[in-house]
Amino acid sequence: MREVAFLRSPVAHGIIRAIRAPQGAQVFTMADLTGVLPIRAPSSLPGFRRTDQWPLAQGRVRQVGEPIAMVVAATRAEAEDILDAIALDIEELPAATDMLAHRAGPPIHEGWPDNVVLQALVEDDISDVQAPIVIRRRLRTARQHMAPIEGRGVVARWDSRLGQLEMHTSSQMVHVTKTGLAECLGLAESAVRIISPDVGGGFGYKGILLQEEVAIGWLARKLGGTPLRWIEDRREGLSAQANCREHHYDITVHADRDGTILALDCEAHVDSGAYSAYPFSACLEAAQIGSILPGPYIVPRFRCKTWSVATNKPPILPYRGVARTGVCYALETTLDAVARAAGISPVALRLRNLPSAAQMPYINVTKKIFDSGDYPEALRRAAEAVDAEGFAARRDDARAEGRLIGQGFAIFCEQGAHGTSVYHGWGIPFVPGAEPCQARLTPDGALELRVGVHSHGQGMETTLAQVAHEILGVPVERVQLIHGDTALTPYSTGTWGSRCAVMAGGAVAEACTELRSRLIPMGAHLLQDKDAIFAEGAVRAGNASVSVAEIARTFFRAPQNLTEAMQAEGLDCTVGHKTARDTGTFSYACHAVEVELDAATGHVRLTRYVIVEDGGVLLNPLIADGQVLGGAAQGIGTALFEEMPYDTGGQPLASTLADYMLPGASDVPDIEILHMETPSPISRFGQKGIGESGAIGPPAAIVNAINDAIAHLGCEVTDLPATPDRILAVLASAIPTPADTGRQLRGAA
Amino acid sequence: MKPAAFEHAAPADTRGALTLLAQPGAKPLSGGQSLSPMMNLRLVRPALLVDVKRLPDLRGALEAADHIRFGAAITHAEIEDGAVPDPSNGLMPHVAHGIAYRAVRNRGTLGGSLAHADPAADWPGVMAALGANIIALGSQGERRIPAEAFILAPFTTALKPGEIILAVEVPRLPAGARWGYCKINRKIGEFAKAIGIAIERPRRLLAGAVEGPPTLLESVDDIPTRLPWLDAAAQRLSGIALQRAIAMMEAA
Repeated sequence: MREVAFLRSPVAHGIIRAIRAPQGAQVFTMADLTGVLPIRAPSSLPGFRRTDQWPLAQGRVRQVGEPIAMVVAATRAEAEDILDAIALDIEELPAATDMLAHRAGPPIHEGWPDNVVLQALVEDDISDVQAPIVIRRRLRTARQHMAPIEGRGVVARWDSRLGQLEMHTSSQMVHVTKTGLAECLGLAESAVRIISPDVGGGFGYKGILLQEEVAIGWLARKLGGTPLRWIEDRREGLSAQANCREHHYDITVHADRDGTILALDCEAHVDSGAYSAYPFSACLEAAQIGSILPGPYIVPRFRCKTWSVATNKPPILPYRGVARTGVCYALETTLDAVARAAGISPVALRLRNLPSAAQMPYINVTKKIFDSGDYPEALRRAAEAVDAEGFAARRDDARAEGRLIGQGFAIFCEQGAHGTSVYHGWGIPFVPGAEPCQARLTPDGALELRVGVHSHGQGMETTLAQVAHEILGVPVERVQLIHGDTALTPYSTGTWGSRCAVMAGGAVAEACTELRSRLIPMGAHLLQDKDAIFAEGAVRAGNASVSVAEIARTFFRAPQNLTEAMQAEGLDCTVGHKTARDTGTFSYACHAVEVELDAATGHVRLTRYVIVEDGGVLLNPLIADGQVLGGAAQGIGTALFEEMPYDTGGQPLASTLADYMLPGASDVPDIEILHMETPSPISRFGQKGIGESGAIGPPAAIVNAINDAIAHLGCEVTDLPATPDRILAVLASAIPTPADTGRQLRGAA
Repeated sequence: MKPAAFEHAAPADTRGALTLLAQPGAKPLSGGQSLSPMMNLRLVRPALLVDVKRLPDLRGALEAADHIRFGAAITHAEIEDGAVPDPSNGLMPHVAHGIAYRAVRNRGTLGGSLAHADPAADWPGVMAALGANIIALGSQGERRIPAEAFILAPFTTALKPGEIILAVEVPRLPAGARWGYCKINRKIGEFAKAIGIAIERPRRLLAGAVEGPPTLLESVDDIPTRLPWLDAAAQRLSGIALQRAIAMMEAA
């Protein structure tokens, strides 16, 4: 095994003049990588500007950390010694670091007139809307790092016997990686095998074709048989790899005196970073804003203009919750301001604008089809759980004691498991089709399920085994889930978009059903009763039965006991699954939060956290809880801690976990989850995708609670994360002389 | 993130350690909780690490009538757990419990923290507030440095080249003397934004965890004059930490 390390750009923008490697060292630059194509992730949306991302920089660098050269050595330490000894001559160029300031240029890509990757417009002239309440807010969400427990890692070798590149890599979408890698390296897909063993968290961070994968893939072939390893360290992950979430909103809600929404108007920017990441492209976030901003509400009129802006920062990727976290934050915090202006409670405002259960399936202003649910009921249950009615009195009592407490709500929907027609509309290089599952019985009566989606900690092994058990009666412990290896699993676009339970769950059910339909005639033949039926893991006729395991044993080891036709049939089958309509399931949730704010230090303590979640029929409630809790912890990070700041030169200011704040166990309160189960009419069992839900609601709900605590002082938090410094700054803007205790704050009120 | 090549030596006694530390590029290694990350980032590149953590002279605690002498390599965890006697009526175990995370406390040492002299760390301020003396050992023998004069600037101490911290002598607080400690930090385990310490009998107030050395004060009102290098917001935060420490002391 040889270690690979990458020489990375120390500057955000520059022209490479010279790279001088030390004598005798194994150092490779783009000039060496003959026949290798750049990573390209275009969108077919009109006006999209394409970028080429070379595996190693080609003359110019556009972000700190961009790989420039690749070093091979016996150990990582030695490889880093060689990196130290490389002389790099870069002519630094001015960096574009702020999407608003640098939208117009100067362009960071040759031949572009400005830095706009894509501009999109949801066109509705709303100038005729006459609203007594018009609330406008400018809000910003921070650029974040996805921070999985385990970073990226690649181990690769060229198998000269098979003529195949065998790459173990930390990916949540092995087949997409294989296709992209084969294209970049000019190899047939049969010459590439991608294996992704357990990965310590995906969250979107593992859903990208890496420059390092392409570079190491080329090198493994060149070095013929030598296994190579590159394991991303935390500093590389933080300072060089893709980020997420950086949005800016200029949002206006037009409402009637009673809080009824009349129109929604928004101009939004997304910082796309320097390149279009494969396969989701540089514009998925902004394109989504235009379609999901109305959230779960009845919005009669809607205008939205979005820009994806290229900057000298790492590419932006869809992270758990994708654009929804920012969208929910922008709309829900602005709606609370509308409620304050209308003089009604946030709960009353929301109840006034949510579609009722009787209106389901509801089609909203952007043609999203909410499949089922009772949104007002979710809000009512959450409000009841946290005693929303009595809270104002408790808040006033607390103020009288010099304490600041607040309560906040956020309600949102999560489109999950949306498929072909939706992604075709976004025009990205990979459009999901039917999700496949291969189900195979083995001679000992066990069941193998082979799926193209990936389990990276969300317990899919259990959930999918349960589905198989439901259909075939095979004990869960005898079901083996095989995933994460392109040689062993059917082609799939992988794990993302809350697809697993709905799509792979449906696929497992279809494949097992097909298997069952083959088992029944075999069992009937063995029982010599053509009216035999399947029940509880066996084919039964009266008191006689033959189990699935016995039929499997007969098929593989005593086929003479079956008919010729049955022997030819096979006890494995691959079946694809699509939902009845591929526009997605709509799960939804209401987050209700109480906070206590220390006005002197700006610190926020979460004192109560309730989530009412409707994920449709839950295949496994414990796993659903785990998904919601894990997501909520990440959402708390978005709300209060996580921020990847850059200086004006494009240098990342948080390159270690001492600088990049993640929530710890003590920062996550006991979260209470109350489930509703409204079946989806379009999925196999009525289940809905909820994998990202937990991460969507917290920033909006928490900041609404913070603003509830301080609104009487005439100030509001607008930017994420709501750090102590930001909170102190808004308090200072409201109170000329910041006070050291809450006592003076009460006076100011 | 691998360190540049270095040599490692584990001398048997302090004399051997001092001899090794006289070599150019030599640095003492105790718990390594600050030094090793900095080496991994290649911000520091010592040629030789002299491992002093297990030296018998740097271990254990000696009790005297008016003070306790702690070996410099006593870990935060040993103080937290009460494995060494406490002269501070509970202040030192309380502080130790709040240092970083248990994994760090298991290895990090009292002397190492002081020698590293990060002003956002806990021990420099606590030792100054308690009126401790730091015993430095060099080729000329031992010398005592008052803790309040030990840190000259961030990451800069009164230690001379070749010297190591051998021990820390902490005076015993009078029986029943109260204290208050307030650390303001973003979250548990992180370095502080401000530290306030209040001790009764003798009454000592200290503001720490700032961009300069921990500073003894007469009252909270002294902060702007005694900590003028801090911006207004940091001064304010120091004041809050100190006020809360005083309130904690008075409520004890």
